Amino acid sequence: MTNRLCDVVVVGAGMVGAACALYAARAGLDVVVVDRGPVAGGTTGAGEGNLLVSDKELGPELELALLSGRLWTDLAEELGTAIEYEPKGGVVVSATSEGLTALTELAAAQRAAGVETVSVDSDRLRDLEPYLAPGLAGGVLYPQDAQVMPTLAAAHLLRASGARLETGRTVTGVLRGPDGAVRGVTTDRGDLYAPAVVNAAGTWGGEVAGLAGVHLPVLPRRGFVLVTEPLPRRVRHKVYAADYVADVASDSAALQTSPVVEGTAAGPVLIGASRERVGFDRSFSLPVIRALAAGATRLFPFLERVRAMRTYLGFRPYMPDHLPAVGPDPRVPGLFHACGHEGAGIGLATGTGHLIAQVLGGRAPDLDLAPFRPDRFAKEAAS
Amino acid sequence: MAERPRLAVIGAGPAGLAAALAAAARGVHVTLVDSAAEPGGQFYRQPAPGLRARRPQALHHQWRTWERLRGGLDAHLAAGGVTHLSDHHVWCVERESAGLTVHALLGPDQERPAAVHADAVLLATGGYEKVLPFPGWTLPGVVTAGGAQAMLKGGLVLPGRRAVVAGSGPLLLPVATGLAAAGAEVAALVESADPKDFVRRTRALAAQPAKLAEGAGYAAALLRHRIPVRTRHTVVAAHGGERLEAVSVAALDAEGRPVPGTERRIACDTLAVGHGMLPHTDLAEGLGCRLDGPNVHVDDEQRTDVPGVWAAGEATGIGGAALSLAEGHIAGRSIAARLAGTEPDPRAWAPAARARTRTRAFFAALEGAYAPPARWAEQVTDGTLVCRCEEVTAGAVRRAVGELGAGDLRTVKLLTRAGMGWCQGRMCAPGVAGVAGCELAPGRRLLARPVPLGVLATQAADAPDEDTSAQ
Amino acid sequence: MNPLDLARARPGTPFTLTFDERRIEALPGQTVAAALWSAGITSWRTTRDEGRPRGVFCGIGVCFDCLVTVDGRPNQRACLVPAESGAEIRTQEGTGHDG
Repeated sequence: MTNRLCDVVVVGAGMVGAACALYAARAGLDVVVVDRGPVAGGTTGAGEGNLLVSDKELGPELELALLSGRLWTDLAEELGTAIEYEPKGGVVVSATSEGLTALTELAAAQRAAGVETVSVDSDRLRDLEPYLAPGLAGGVLYPQDAQVMPTLAAAHLLRASGARLETGRTVTGVLRGPDGAVRGVTTDRGDLYAPAVVNAAGTWGGEVAGLAGVHLPVLPRRGFVLVTEPLPRRVRHKVYAADYVADVASDSAALQTSPVVEGTAAGPVLIGASRERVGFDRSFSLPVIRALAAGATRLFPFLERVRAMRTYLGFRPYMPDHLPAVGPDPRVPGLFHACGHEGAGIGLATGTGHLIAQVLGGRAPDLDLAPFRPDRFAKEAAS
Repeated sequence: MAERPRLAVIGAGPAGLAAALAAAARGVHVTLVDSAAEPGGQFYRQPAPGLRARRPQALHHQWRTWERLRGGLDAHLAAGGVTHLSDHHVWCVERESAGLTVHALLGPDQERPAAVHADAVLLATGGYEKVLPFPGWTLPGVVTAGGAQAMLKGGLVLPGRRAVVAGSGPLLLPVATGLAAAGAEVAALVESADPKDFVRRTRALAAQPAKLAEGAGYAAALLRHRIPVRTRHTVVAAHGGERLEAVSVAALDAEGRPVPGTERRIACDTLAVGHGMLPHTDLAEGLGCRLDGPNVHVDDEQRTDVPGVWAAGEATGIGGAALSLAEGHIAGRSIAARLAGTEPDPRAWAPAARARTRTRAFFAALEGAYAPPARWAEQVTDGTLVCRCEEVTAGAVRRAVGELGAGDLRTVKLLTRAGMGWCQGRMCAPGVAGVAGCELAPGRRLLARPVPLGVLATQAADAPDEDTSAQ
Repeated sequence: MNPLDLARARPGTPFTLTFDERRIEALPGQTVAAALWSAGITSWRTTRDEGRPRGVFCGIGVCFDCLVTVDGRPNQRACLVPAESGAEIRTQEGTGHDG
């Protein structure tokens, strides 16, 4: 190859791109990361930084979450403070006994798959979370759930990778050789030659796939977050209602909100989570914000007098079967995908980056990538 | 009452009052929604009634204009054409199929909600002062120039006994002379602009003789109060332990850098500082209105690009009270015509349109002349806080850019927390942008004020209350 | 000259309130910030991280630097809240909320 610049170009300087860069670099590859915006300018900068196993139903996503959780624990030893890593655990609560039964069944299945779970009786919930509303039916504690500050995590992983960072540079095409194999990317400021390209463009991953002539159905699923005034630590865990799991797995385009409440190291409490499929509509929606506030104050009545200071929105990269695209694209040799993680991209980034580095290096991945195959969706564009 | 079209005017300063009077005179029912206890805005901020000031004009300029506005408002209030809702802090304007709803919090404690429904909304939200950071600017005793003036006009109090007024811009003159008239010793007026820059712009400036006369009046007042004026100078640092004790002032070279050896220490207990104004655009951003740079974009009728939403005054570009009056008047007439289903005739407001054109040109010239020192960001030491709320230093901002890949204001915020605190970056955004070397992008503050979650939550289920109680 | 004389103010009867248990006098209509300034007090908050003193900065409710605890309620803007007879004003430390 002529003018080979590096071993791999990662498209996207969000959390997943940063993790791909880090693990690829540590596997000995020379990496360039390119993004049309700044670091964490897309969904990463609009997220809460969840590293969760609790909201994963059995299957390949849970396996990826468990692998990712282990890798985050390792990374926390070198970068924990800088990225505000907090292994605070998650508490899922249910207001009704039927909901608690369903939650307990899910927890039992998760436990069989290797997730740590602890059932919490109604009268013990407030030992874990003293400000929780009274009268809840019960809950489950997930000690492996953790949190990072996602923008700091992306920035520090990129820095630790030593990869060359090209922000403010837009990828305009994917270069292919006569054999169809990837030769690099074209950008608005010149070409970047490399035998491998990783599509870590998150919600915009479908566009990057399209530049290589392949179909990848990544769609935006809008979410709002409410941020409160700074408080002393009153919410200790990530606390959410059991119906959140159902919302995450739902295929509905309509608005869904389920309360997710957590404190942060910096003081403010973060309140989610809403899900709507409204395209890339950035307009403010007061009804969504109200629903978030109503859910949060039901879980934590003390929040009624606490002020929301800010709200922001982001677009989760949603795929029709709620699984990300991770691994080589059989349709375009040299093209790898690492996108479509919906609302779990921060948590799943480490496992994704690790698996991508393995396949980039020609090694067998630790997890079977078949469920994450990028060509698993029937509709094909001509390549 | 017959079904009259309803206009909600947000802000009872010059722009909002002019619009309210123009619209009410043409059959529109106007609800004037304002955060202060008394109408007037920042420019005509009134002493609290409890202070029973018999000569408030001693603190003001263009008092006769105020008397005309106040008289007109009183007449419309008495006739029922205008409802004045004071102590209403608007946090969001919501656009619904049936019109617009203005959501506010009541009273100084801002814990209870109120809502106003309207067919049209005028955003006359005014502006606030821009202050660029320098070492020591967080010490108690350092206040914004406009803040010192607001406390004087509203509360009839002074921040201290010996003040330095510093920065850049047309506000510094009335602040310095106002503080002196009220009994403060003004040890210096420190303006970074170069008088030669005004001479170069005389044509645009001379087109506004009233403004020049006003300037001459300040010059006489500066002399009368023996206020030393230092142009092409800047405050390089404020000194003190628990509160301000002195400032260091230095001359500026042609590049806008302090000239070594010119530094002088001036003892003072007050520094009133400002570097110009910024428009309040939060409500417009929440509505999805287009901005031009920092300003709400409007057409010749003062319409934003969102149907039913007009804007006037500082929110559409800083230009002072005279421009606000002209824009408000035009907006009020346009709204009255549009709500009546007719096409307005711009000839009807031709004098106001001419005043608008002239005043905008004048302020464009002023803005060119009044500018902070070009190299101000170099003077911000790494240890200086740039974000006052979250206590983020200039060094942290520089590291976010240099080491962590931040390239815009949003990423700097996410990496450092600069702009994430109570003020939501209103105070620090210009400073952070300057230190980071990136563009001052709009903040996209979708909640214009902090709102109790209980208020948001209860309104989730209920229809908003129509607030007609306060008058 | 002073501002009251300049505006020929004839305020009503002064009343007292307390600031950190110290009794200070205030005039009807004054905000908490104006009352504290009149008493020569310029700081009534300490910051969350460094514990540094703060008081009025913008004076118009935008900067939130003048946050103070009034009658047990934290995070009140002293430049907006009217001074009331008998009010208990306290220096606000950190978030203003009890740990």
